Amino acid sequence: MNYVGIDIGSTASKVVVEGDKKEHFVLPTGWSSKETCEKIKNKLLEMGVDVTADDTKVVATGYGRIAVDFADHVITEITCHARGGRELAGGDCSIIDVGGQDTKVIVVQNGMVADFQMNDKCSAGTGKFLEIMANRLGVTINELFDMAAAGEVIPISSLCTVFAESEVINYIGEGKKREDIAAGVVDSVANKVVQLAQKKELGDRVILTGGLSHSIYFTGILSDKLDQKVESEEFGRFAGAYGAALLAREKKDRRR
Amino acid sequence: MELIKDLPEVFEEFAEQRQKSFLAVKELKEKGVPVVGSYCTYFPKEIAMAMGAGCVSLCSTSDETIPEAEKDLPKNLCPLIKSSYGFAKTDKCPFFYFSDVVVGETTCDGKKKMYEYMSEFKDVFIMELPNSQREPGLQLWKGEIIRFKEYLEQKFGVTITEEQIREAVKTENQARQSLKKLYEVMKHDPAPIKGQDLFKVLYGSTFKFDRSLIPGEVDALTAKIEKEYAEGKMEEKKPRILITGCPIGGATEKVIRAVEDNGGIVVTFENCSGAKSIDKMVDEDAEDIYDAIARRYLNIGCSVMTPNPNRLELLGRLIDEYQVDGVVDMILQACHTYNVETNTIRKFVTGEKGIPYISVETDYSQADIGQLNTRLAAFVEML
Repeated sequence: MNYVGIDIGSTASKVVVEGDKKEHFVLPTGWSSKETCEKIKNKLLEMGVDVTADDTKVVATGYGRIAVDFADHVITEITCHARGGRELAGGDCSIIDVGGQDTKVIVVQNGMVADFQMNDKCSAGTGKFLEIMANRLGVTINELFDMAAAGEVIPISSLCTVFAESEVINYIGEGKKREDIAAGVVDSVANKVVQLAQKKELGDRVILTGGLSHSIYFTGILSDKLDQKVESEEFGRFAGAYGAALLAREKKDRRR
Repeated sequence: MELIKDLPEVFEEFAEQRQKSFLAVKELKEKGVPVVGSYCTYFPKEIAMAMGAGCVSLCSTSDETIPEAEKDLPKNLCPLIKSSYGFAKTDKCPFFYFSDVVVGETTCDGKKKMYEYMSEFKDVFIMELPNSQREPGLQLWKGEIIRFKEYLEQKFGVTITEEQIREAVKTENQARQSLKKLYEVMKHDPAPIKGQDLFKVLYGSTFKFDRSLIPGEVDALTAKIEKEYAEGKMEEKKPRILITGCPIGGATEKVIRAVEDNGGIVVTFENCSGAKSIDKMVDEDAEDIYDAIARRYLNIGCSVMTPNPNRLELLGRLIDEYQVDGVVDMILQACHTYNVETNTIRKFVTGEKGIPYISVETDYSQADIGQLNTRLAAFVEML
């Protein structure tokens, strides 16, 4: 048997296979979730995993979860991240997920989602914010983080992405160092994430998932601001897809 | 009365009641019957009913008139207030158009200031609702109810007798009793009907002018639901959700749908479309009927009251009686009192009652349906 978890995010689509085969890969979501689904299906087939076969169970999650027409189950990203995060942490924990358009904080107790919080209708504190600022500075998100690590924070006071972008443009105009602006950008995202996380009782262990989860620099800032250790996760980007794959296995006997 | 129609048809009829009443209100006017419009559960409708007036809830649940309202009102104001004002100003609400007087209360700050503007183009009678439920507040509110009666007497050249008021109290109590019996069918587990369908009846009934007809119709409906339930017709077993918070209707019914489209079932409403406005009766036998009416309305557990113990009392009782698995608190954007109170409600629901709680902030747009679905689906999944 193979259990496939597919997490169609707003920016990246993540796939994890558990069971006879063990695979994981990531694709850009692009403009069409449907097309991405086709690509995933074909790529899995090349790996010898046929999503239409009886011995393959698929769980889809993420904002594009509805587009995965070959899924056996559709489960929200909250439940999938909680399941994947719990597995990565090896037990109960809180998960901070900074995604492309959503940032969420999930509290897992006794192996289950006990509480969660998502950002409002606003892109501040999400990957989208970083993407826009990185574009403005002419670097990739990874380069933005490298630059930020070498800079001194200059404050970006606006909580709105659009206004914050004009602040950044002003700083560029004033000839401020790119490193310092980058540090300001990352600091601003961290502040917004921490604001959200502080609304919840996080417990002893906190892990970071999503596209930034491998960044020790970012978890360091979050840890300082939260006054609590936030662990980075090498596989954190796949937490949702991994959770979906695990749930595919656990749900196999239940009806759709 | 026995219902011959199928349940879905009956639910749709109630859902269409608002539209049907557009004609009814016109007919009332043509017959010379005074019409009193209102926006809020605090409106003591018995006083207006006592003089034979038609009482109607005014339009306030769609975003179509919000842009017009924003010409006069701030953008970051609660959508219910903006929508109410917008309908009034553009004269798009037939009920408003035909109302001889609109009754407003000093509930939240946004509303009372909005009524000042509304008074510029409509007869608006403002009742001063106290902020707290202590004795001096009760005396003030009782005085306001009497002042309202005197206002009606003067405006319409009638005399409203105590006997007529007692008669209206009885009629409205009977309507409440029937609606209460109806929503109590949801105590069954699995539930007999969907929360959306229950809502259609509760909401539709607020647009019935002849309140004395409600018991007959609603009791027949309840009997039919119970009969079919006994015969095995029911919903699947699903996580049971209580909805609390700001008033729901029209655009915000999306919250009920988001729960029920994602695997949950709404078994009870602790809000102004549900138990909050129906649960308590006026004491018919009270020596001082004004005092009894004042007490009944002042005791409503709305977040404009400080402190607001009655909301917790009703919420706790409903959670127990309806075997609720999770509580959804719906907050309209910029509704300060309900928004601030979410913290109290969260602590009460998760701490004292030991069940999960989520608050969702929304407005009258359809832009956040995806977000609502994700949040509420995840909430139902965790139950």
